[in-house]
Amino acid sequence: MMKTIFKITTSVLLLSWASGFRSFPKPSPAWGIASDTIFNLGRPATPADINRWDIDVRPDGKGLPKGSGMARKGKTIFAQKCAACHGVTGVEGPNDKLVSTDSSQVKAIGNYWPYATTVFDYIRRAMPFNQPGTLTDEEVYSLTAFLLEANQVIKPGTELNAQTLPAVRMPALKKYILDDRTGGPIIR
Amino acid sequence: MKVLPGEKPTLLHTKVSRRKLLGGAAAAAIVLVEAPFASAVQMAVTQAELTDPTKIPGVPPGQVGTRSAFEKPVKKPSDISSRTPLQDLFGTITPSDLHFERNHNGVPAIDPAKHELVIHGMVEKPIVLTLADLKRFPSVTRICFLECSGNFRSGSEKLSPQDICGLTSQSEWTGVMLSTIFRQVGVDPKATWFLAEGSDAAVMTRSIPVQKGWDDAMIVYAQNGEAIRPEQGYPFRLFLPGYEGNMSIKWLRRIEFSDAPYLTREETSKYTEPVKDGKIRYFSFDIDARSIITFPAYPAQVQKGWIEIRGIAWSGRGKVQRVEISTDAGKSWHSASLNGPVLDKAHTGFRYLWQWNGRETEIQSRVTDETGYRQPTYQELVTARGSKGGYHFNPITGWILKPDGRVLLSNG
Repeated sequence: MMKTIFKITTSVLLLSWASGFRSFPKPSPAWGIASDTIFNLGRPATPADINRWDIDVRPDGKGLPKGSGMARKGKTIFAQKCAACHGVTGVEGPNDKLVSTDSSQVKAIGNYWPYATTVFDYIRRAMPFNQPGTLTDEEVYSLTAFLLEANQVIKPGTELNAQTLPAVRMPALKKYILDDRTGGPIIR
Repeated sequence: MKVLPGEKPTLLHTKVSRRKLLGGAAAAAIVLVEAPFASAVQMAVTQAELTDPTKIPGVPPGQVGTRSAFEKPVKKPSDISSRTPLQDLFGTITPSDLHFERNHNGVPAIDPAKHELVIHGMVEKPIVLTLADLKRFPSVTRICFLECSGNFRSGSEKLSPQDICGLTSQSEWTGVMLSTIFRQVGVDPKATWFLAEGSDAAVMTRSIPVQKGWDDAMIVYAQNGEAIRPEQGYPFRLFLPGYEGNMSIKWLRRIEFSDAPYLTREETSKYTEPVKDGKIRYFSFDIDARSIITFPAYPAQVQKGWIEIRGIAWSGRGKVQRVEISTDAGKSWHSASLNGPVLDKAHTGFRYLWQWNGRETEIQSRVTDETGYRQPTYQELVTARGSKGGYHFNPITGWILKPDGRVLLSNG
């Protein structure tokens, strides 16, 4: 068993390195191992256990549901459920400014968010703030389309769905750089 | 005045317990009025004796302790966070009710009997765990700080350590090593990341490298000897030593293994910082080394003569190696004493005994961690980053001592 664990750990390290993400510190035995024993506690997770909560969406589109939406419908939903906090056009506040195409302005979707899928994922899980998790997938697609169109990221009339949303390229992506600091005297 | 056997002691005790928060003399007077033999005692006791704690029986033992009515340390709340009163604390363990808070849509009320943690994705055996299940695994207890990466404020000379960096606290955490659970579910070697998700109204999510789970990550259900507080993630939270606080997902309900990060809202549009050339740095996990003098600091008043300069220092990359103090605005530096034991990824107390001549000067502290990283000045940080704030901003803090004894924040 120890051998298996060693293999897994080593593979993960190599993969992490190879994938270009960070170089990780070596495991610290003092804190890393409470026991090598496998305890088989809890119960097996059924598909129902997983499906009730598994709503995350990755940039490659994994996790996006069926359905679609367009900005025209999204504009109506936004006025009803979002404008009180974000303003009629997404810039007036009082809470987060959502629309901007100017890179010098405060962080908004158009100038700061690197992935379009994140907009869908976040609206679906956490908005509206006072009624989180109440929007249908169609409504979330529509709101995402409204916001991306307002930020001039997608052309007017673009339909968003599980295929088109991951294909949207966000202007801010090119600004993103991974943290590669690992300590030592250099200040960055 | 005595409470004799059978003389309704519960009445006396109840009144004392209910009233004692009102403070000294008022509580004593009520006790006297409502105690057995009240009239006889009232006649015998003078006003001076009323305030003499040796002349009246004290409060009997109770079920839950309280602070002295004369001590009132409080957190400082905003809409989204609440800050630890660092200048009012001693040692390095933050009392649990003073631990800082940062919530993304409030503190949820969770019945532990109904709460479940689902672990799935790229694993051999997806499982569901309850709090009771977690407590059956071998437990680990560890003292660590937890700090929000957005923990820098400036802009006024009247800011206290709580205002400047009160979003850091320290507890003794107890729970299960995540690696123990990883072994049970059989993590696919191709999985490089896992998503952690909370059961709050933000359904908060962060992507975390699987390697951190093998290294030192935990799921913790206890804090400073008791069940973790709701504000800290009751019934249990993820705990990632040394990493920026928001990654230690509270009210943990789901872990999903993946071969890519999810790039959630928090790890892209929020917890990222501007750096040079218009770039945005992301996945800045480690908390950079930092220190702050918590005494003397605003709003303390000091007198000339001996002053023990005290504070805390910490690093998300390991142990504090050295803390230095300057009493001349950074021109010269002297080693402070560290209050051992110095723990990995933990607030470490320091002290430096100094004689103040009463003339205006500025005192500063700077920490060096075991990687050789030394806490920068504000100007060094601004130059290196090309920004004057943002996440992971950890400059040296200076305090100006005025001849009249006031202590004010130096905005250098």
